[in-house]
This record gives sequence, structure tokens and C-alpha cells, in this order.
Amino acid sequence: MVERVKDTTSALKDRAIDEAKGYSDPQDTQLWKSIFRVSHDRSDPRNRSLAILSNVFLHLHPAKINRDAVRYPFTWGMGGITFYLFIVLTFTGVLLMFYYHPTKADAFRDILYLEHDVPFGKLLRNMHRWAAHLMVITTWLHMFRVVLTGSYKRPREFNWCVGVVLLVLTLLLSFTGYLLPDDQLGFWAVTVGTNMARATPMLGHDGPFGPQLGMTAYNDVRFGLLGGSIVDANALLRSYIWHCIGIPLVASIFMAVHFWRIRKDGGISGPAPVVLESEMKAVAKKK
Amino acid sequence: MKRFINKWTIWGALVVITIIWAINVSDWHQLWKISSAPDNVPIVAMLFLVPFFTWLGIKQAVANDRLIDELEKDPKAAKTHHRKVEPWRPGWAREIHVWPYLVRVEFLATVIVTVVLFVWSITLNAPLEEPANPNLTMNPSKAPWYFLGLQEMLVYFDPWIAGVVMPSIIMVGLMAFPYVDSNPLGNGYYTLKQRRFALWMFGAGFLMWIVLIVIGTFIRGPGWIWFWPGQTWDHNAVVFDKNVDLHDMIATSAIGKALHLGFLAYNPGKFIFGMLVVGGFFLVGGLFFHWLMTVDLKRIRLRRPFKENLFPKNEFEQKILARTSLLQYLTFQFFAVSVLLALPVKLILRLALTIKYVWVTPWFNI
Repeated sequence: MVERVKDTTSALKDRAIDEAKGYSDPQDTQLWKSIFRVSHDRSDPRNRSLAILSNVFLHLHPAKINRDAVRYPFTWGMGGITFYLFIVLTFTGVLLMFYYHPTKADAFRDILYLEHDVPFGKLLRNMHRWAAHLMVITTWLHMFRVVLTGSYKRPREFNWCVGVVLLVLTLLLSFTGYLLPDDQLGFWAVTVGTNMARATPMLGHDGPFGPQLGMTAYNDVRFGLLGGSIVDANALLRSYIWHCIGIPLVASIFMAVHFWRIRKDGGISGPAPVVLESEMKAVAKKK
Repeated sequence: MKRFINKWTIWGALVVITIIWAINVSDWHQLWKISSAPDNVPIVAMLFLVPFFTWLGIKQAVANDRLIDELEKDPKAAKTHHRKVEPWRPGWAREIHVWPYLVRVEFLATVIVTVVLFVWSITLNAPLEEPANPNLTMNPSKAPWYFLGLQEMLVYFDPWIAGVVMPSIIMVGLMAFPYVDSNPLGNGYYTLKQRRFALWMFGAGFLMWIVLIVIGTFIRGPGWIWFWPGQTWDHNAVVFDKNVDLHDMIATSAIGKALHLGFLAYNPGKFIFGMLVVGGFFLVGGLFFHWLMTVDLKRIRLRRPFKENLFPKNEFEQKILARTSLLQYLTFQFFAVSVLLALPVKLILRLALTIKYVWVTPWFNI
């Protein structure tokens, strides 16, 4: 009896050791294969391609790119960094939303609560604000690089336009967030900003031809933006909804188009071989 | 003249200007207060980032331009050269795998940005003022820094132009740019030579935007009054604005009186006058950009015959112009004159000549 138990346990032990040896390479496990579908064998070019193509997060990339395109001085990495900052902002923004009520009674107090009581609340708010500022800067620098390398030229004209829309959305995202702490800084910045809207030609009650078309402080475009004739509770709520839902949603759609078009337009523009002046045709080809 | 413009004289001039300015700074504390305000830190950062990346771009452009020059002179080499300044050897693959060569760069970038953000967020707190109070106006009450360009424009134009029309024109103009730029060269590589005019236009616009933001941040104090950097922001300062409209200025001037131009002060005289001024501005502005588009700057001389010496044609730009359709040309002219030229011109009229409006009508003023 004792012998049998001993035999069985030693057989079981051998089997366990055998199996464990099989797990020494995690890439050979069923679990790994089910998640990643390919083993990341560095020496196999096919696997390197599959690592990109079969990954939902990386499939926006082509499997191969221009060998000089990974050099930092060409792209400055600003487009990618801008997208990463958008992700950081979404992440910190969602966390902030747990602690924030967009009402006149609560908004300012919630910020104080975040700063003084919520664990890492101050860090969270700081990071959200500085990432937003940084995103404006990186968007501009990204545009600047695209201009300097002439990357907006055929066939990428339309993607440049999408980019301009994204720039405006970035600025609007920042601006709508400015009011949310409901402090003097945001309140007066938004007052100044929306006061310009009352001067919109034809649609604002202070703008050219506005009064003639029946615009008053209670029905013009500024009223629509603020949900009232002054910056108050409704303006706070509208800001909040545009900031957290409306604009991010629209921006995400434009971003999807922006990234998709990069691929469809042939990847990033360079560094391309230089073309000589003497090779330029005298007249532009038709279509 | 040309002998005296080199990198030493330019750096020297910058240093001298900085020293003169530093001697004249009367209030370092005020300067520190403005530049260290948490929300202004991004602009201070931009003062370094923009020149750095401009340098980085120009450096590569100069290298490419040198290569272009060499290949232009040597057609044989142009056929065999790989046409990049980056190193190349036969047998090297022209394409590399995204995994791991690009993905690792991206990963590194996210790590660096995350670290920067953490350090920035730990060391500097986001500003929080008193609770919003409609009865207590902030002075100066400023928009966020990236909108200060627009706010500064309010000094020079009425709100409907500065806040609504100009931003819209700038946006549409930016979108139109790829469609009006008929130059096929410089697609996907840095170059200055092959895209001289387009880069000047973009550069001018970008610089103007940055300058307006810097003015709005560092110079505009309480009451939106002009304080030089280093001057104390005096909350009781009063500026006696003696801005006048152009038609009044002319009608009441000695010359205007001598020529009996008094009718310009009243409608319809002032309406027609303003319309002519604005129309004339667009005409002259268009001619100016046309000259800029085709001129060979290096061959400009101030001597007779003026036709050849003031308007020397650049052969390359002539070729580009020949490829440009009438629609492209007119679209470009519209955006160039109404933003790139109108803004600095109005800025100078307002700040140097204290002119408020050039065209006054019962419905709108420009």
C-alpha cells in the first residue's frame, strides 16, 4: 500500500517536473498563444511582421517602414506624443470625474477636496492641467514639422485639413476645461472668450447686422454657448459636457480618420529622396 | 552692407540689446512673477522649444540643400546617388521592421513624456484662484495663453474681426494652404531653397502668432496697458488714449484743411474714403505679395534702371508661378493680404500712429 502511494507520488512528481520544463518558455504555452497568436521570435522576419499585424493596438502601423523614418530629427515624434498626451488626459480626466460635480455649489469645493483630501488628488489635477498645456505645444510643433518637411503636399492635403480641425478641437478642449474649477481665473477667461461671440456678424447681438436680424442677449450665439446671458450654472454644465463628452468624441473620430489616412496616403512622408529643380516639369500635370 | 551681417554681428547685437534691456529693468520681481506664474510656464518653455526645433529643422534643410546643389551640378551622380543625407550602403534594406525598431522608440517616448509630466506635476501646482465672483473683475483678466494672440488682436480690431472673422480666416487659410501651394518640390524632406516663399509665409504667420502671445503674456498688464518686461505693473496707471480715425486725422490735419478735405469727417465722405482705403490696401498688398513671390532677393539693388534692379525675377519662382492656377493665386492673395499683411499693418497704425479705424460705417468699423 505504502509502496503504491510512493510510486504514484514519484510518478506525479516526474510528470510535474516534465510539464514545468515545458512552461520554461512562456511563448510556447497555450495561454500565450491564445493571447498573442504569434511567438515573438526576434530572428524570424515573418513573426516580426505578425507582431504588428495581429495586434489590435499596433495594427495602425505598417509591418515595415522607411529605414530613416525612425530617426528622431526627422519627425521629432510630436504627432505620437500628442496622441499619447490625449490618452494621459483621458485617463486622468476620467479619474477626476469621479470627484467632480459640475454645479455652482460643488465645483470649487470639489477642487479643494481634490487638492487637500483625495489621495494623489493634487498630482492628478496637476498632471491633467500640464498634460493639456503640453498637448497644445506638441500639436503646434507637430504642425511646424509637417510644414518644414512639406508633408502636407500631394497626396496628404486632406489629412492636413483633418489636422487643422484637430488643432482647433485641442484648443477648444483646453478652453472648455478652463472654466471647470469655477474660480476667478476660469470665470474671467471664459467671460472674455465668450464676449467675443456676442460680436459674431449676424449671429451675435453686438455684431455687425446682428441687431438688424433680431439678435438679443437672449437668443444669440453667445446665449447658445453659455446656456444663459452670463457665465453661470448652465455655462458650467455645458462646459463640462463639451469638455468630457462632446469634444473628445468628435476629436476621437477625427483622430481615427487622421491616423487611417496616414496609412492610406502611403505612411509618413519621409525622409524622402530629394527631387531636383531640373527634374520638375514645366507645367503641372492635369489630375 | 552685406559684409557686416554675419553670425558674429547678429549674436553681438542680441547680446548688446539684452544688456541694455537688463540695465533698464527696474522691477525684477515683477518679471519673475509673470514668468513663474504656473500657467505661463508653457510659454517660457516655448521660448526655448520653438528656437530649438527651428534650428533642428534648418540644420537638416541646409544639409539637404547642399546635397541638392551637388547633384544639380553633377547629373551623373544624380542618377546613382541615393539622394538622402542619411548614410546608405548598397545591400542595406531600404525598409526596416516596425517591431522592434519603431515600437521601441515610441515606448521610450511615452516613458520620457510620463517622467517629464510627473516631475512637472510634482514640482508645480496648477493655479487655483478665489471662487468665481462676477462682482470682482480680475485685472488684467486674461484668456489662457494659447488664446492670448486673439485677445491681443482685440486691441487692433473690433471683436467681430479679432474674435470671429480672423480666427475663421486663419483656420480656412491653413486648410487651403496645401491646395494653393503649387510647388511640387520639397515633399517629404527638409529644404529651404526649394520652398523659399511657402516657408517664409508660414514662418511669418507662426512668428506673428507667437509674438502676439508673448505681448499678451509678458507686456500687457492691468487695464491691458503696455508695460515693458521688467516694468512694474501699476494698477493705477492711466493712459490718455488719443486714438483717432484715419478720416478724421486727415480732415483735421493742416494739409487736409489746406486742401479743403473737411467733407471726409462726415458721411458719405468718410464711408467712401474708408472703402477706398481698404480697397487700396488690398490692391497694394496684392502687388506686394506678387513682388515677394517672384523677386530674387539677392539681386535687389538700389540703382538705375529701377525696373531691373528693384524687380529682378527669380527664375525658379517664375516656373512655380507658371504652374499656379488663377484660382490658387487669388485664394492665396486673399488670405495673405487679409491676415499676414492686415495684422501687422493695423498693429503699426494703432501703436505707432494711434489710428483707431480706417473705415467707419454705421454698421461696422475696420
